[in-house]
Amino acid sequence: MNNELVIIGAGPGGLCAAIESAKYGVKVLLIDENDRPGGQLFLQTHKFFGSRHHLAGVRGFQIGKDLLDEAEKHGIELLLNAVAWGVFPDNRVAITISDDKQDSISAENILIATGAIEKGIFFKGWTKPGVMGAGAAQKLMHIHRVLPGKRVLVVGSGNVGLIVAYQLSQAGVEVAGVIEALPQISGYQVHAGKIRRIGIPILTSHTIVEACGESDVESAIVAKLDSAGRVVDGSRMDVSCDVVLLAVGLRPFDELIRSTGIEMTYAPGLGGFVPLHNSVLETSRKNIYVAGDITGIEEANTAMDEGRLVGVVVAEKLGRLSSQEAKRLKTEIQLRLANLRIGRYGEERAKEKKKIVESGIVKERT
Amino acid sequence: MVEKLPNDSDDGVLSLDRIRELPGYPGKERFAKGPVVVIECDEDIPCNPCEDICPCGAITVGEPITNLPKIDPDICDGCIVCISICPGLCMFVVHRDYNETESLIYIPFEMYPLPEKGSVVDGCNRKGEPVCKARVEKVIKSKKLHKTSVIAVAVPKEFFEDVRSIRM
Repeated sequence: MNNELVIIGAGPGGLCAAIESAKYGVKVLLIDENDRPGGQLFLQTHKFFGSRHHLAGVRGFQIGKDLLDEAEKHGIELLLNAVAWGVFPDNRVAITISDDKQDSISAENILIATGAIEKGIFFKGWTKPGVMGAGAAQKLMHIHRVLPGKRVLVVGSGNVGLIVAYQLSQAGVEVAGVIEALPQISGYQVHAGKIRRIGIPILTSHTIVEACGESDVESAIVAKLDSAGRVVDGSRMDVSCDVVLLAVGLRPFDELIRSTGIEMTYAPGLGGFVPLHNSVLETSRKNIYVAGDITGIEEANTAMDEGRLVGVVVAEKLGRLSSQEAKRLKTEIQLRLANLRIGRYGEERAKEKKKIVESGIVKERT
Repeated sequence: MVEKLPNDSDDGVLSLDRIRELPGYPGKERFAKGPVVVIECDEDIPCNPCEDICPCGAITVGEPITNLPKIDPDICDGCIVCISICPGLCMFVVHRDYNETESLIYIPFEMYPLPEKGSVVDGCNRKGEPVCKARVEKVIKSKKLHKTSVIAVAVPKEFFEDVRSIRM
C-alpha cells in the first residue's frame, strides 16, 4: 500500500504531524536518521514556556515520552537509522538504511521536518578534543549518561547556552562561566537569572581567543571586546577548563531540502535559508510540506503546532476530515502559533513568517 | 590561570529596584501580613502556567499572554503551588515575619543532593554570593511538583529580599 504521508524527521514537528494525521486514519511512515525518535526533546530537561495548550511547565523529555506513547497507540510506522537523501520528481523519497541498504519510498505527501543544526565559530585550537557543541554535551549527559568534562567554559548566552550551563551544574560539572560576544545576554533573563543564582558568571562583550592544551583542551583564553568587536589589549584571561562548549546559534538543517529544488529564501530572523511555503506550510513542490526548525529556528512548541497543522491539512486533502472540521482545527492551531510569536523574542519571527506566506510565491492550493 | 570567570557583572541579575516595580511584586506593606509570592519575571515571554495553576486566582497574565504576571496581594496566601510550575524558576514565597528575628524564604531547587532538613547552608543572593547562613526548615518534594523541589530556609530578617538561592 502506498504511504499517504511520509515524514522525514521524528522530532517534535514530525511526531505531532504523524499523530495528528494518523488520528484521522492517514497512513503514515515516519523516518529518522537517528536510532531513536524524539529529536531534541530528550535533551530538554527544562520545563517548557507557553500556555496550557503548549504543555507549559512540563519538561521536554516528558513531552517526548508522551508523544512516543501516542504515536505507538496510533500504530504509526517508524523507520529508524534511515537517512533520507533526496526526493525524486515523482515524490519518491530516497533513503539509505543503516549505512548500507538503499531504498526508495513512494509517498503521496511528504513532510520535511529535518530540524536544525548547530553553528560553529572558529578560533585557534578549535579542533582540539574538548571543544564541542552544546548538543553533543547534552547528548553525552542525557542520553549516554557520561559527563562531558570536569570544568566547562560555555561560549554563547542564547537560551541553549544558558540552559546547558544549568544542566552541566545539575550533572555535577563545574562551569567556569558563560561568555557572550554581544554587549547583552541573548537568551531569556529568567534562564540567565537561574544560573547567576547558582554562582555561574556571565561575561558579555567577551570572546574566546584560543583553546589551549598539548593535545586536549586544558585551558582557554578569553578576552574582552570593544564596541567595534576588537579584542581589548591586556584583557586576556587564561581560564582553566577541559571543555569549551559552543552554543552560538542554530540554523535550519537544509541539506535535504536544498537537493529537492524547493524554492528557498534567506531570512536572518529565522536563522538562515528557509523554504518558502504557503499558509498551510506547503512548499513550491506540490504535496511537499515543511514544519519545525527547517522553516525557521523557533521553540519545540511551535514545531509541534506546525506539525499538527500539516497533519490536519493532509487528512483534509485525503478526505478524512470535513472541510468544516478541518477549518476549525486549522484556525485553532494558527491562533496558537500566532500567540507563540509575540513579545520581544517572537515579533521578528512573526514578521518574517508573514513575509514568506504573503510573498505569494507558493500559491494557496486549497 | 583562573578557575572561574569574575562574577562581578550584573548581567542577567534583576536589581531589587526593578523587582519592586514589577506587577509581580506584592508591595512592601504586604509582607507584614504573612507569606506571599514575589514574582521576579520581567520579560514578555509568551507564558502563563502560573496564572493557570494558582488555586486562589491571585495571579493574572491575561491577554496577550506576554503580559507580565500580576499578583493580587490581597488574594495570594503564599501557598507555594506556583513556585514549581514556573519554567523560569522566578517565583519565591516570602514569609518575612516567620519569627521575631527570621524570615522564611521558599526557593525552587533542582540540584542533587537535596539539602537535609535542619541543616545549615549558605543563603545566597541573585548572583550566587553567600550573604548569610540559612537553616533548612522544609524540603518539599512531591510528584505534583514537576521534579522541582521547594526548599524553605530561615534567614535573618534583613536578608528577606536578598536570599534567593542556597549553597551547601
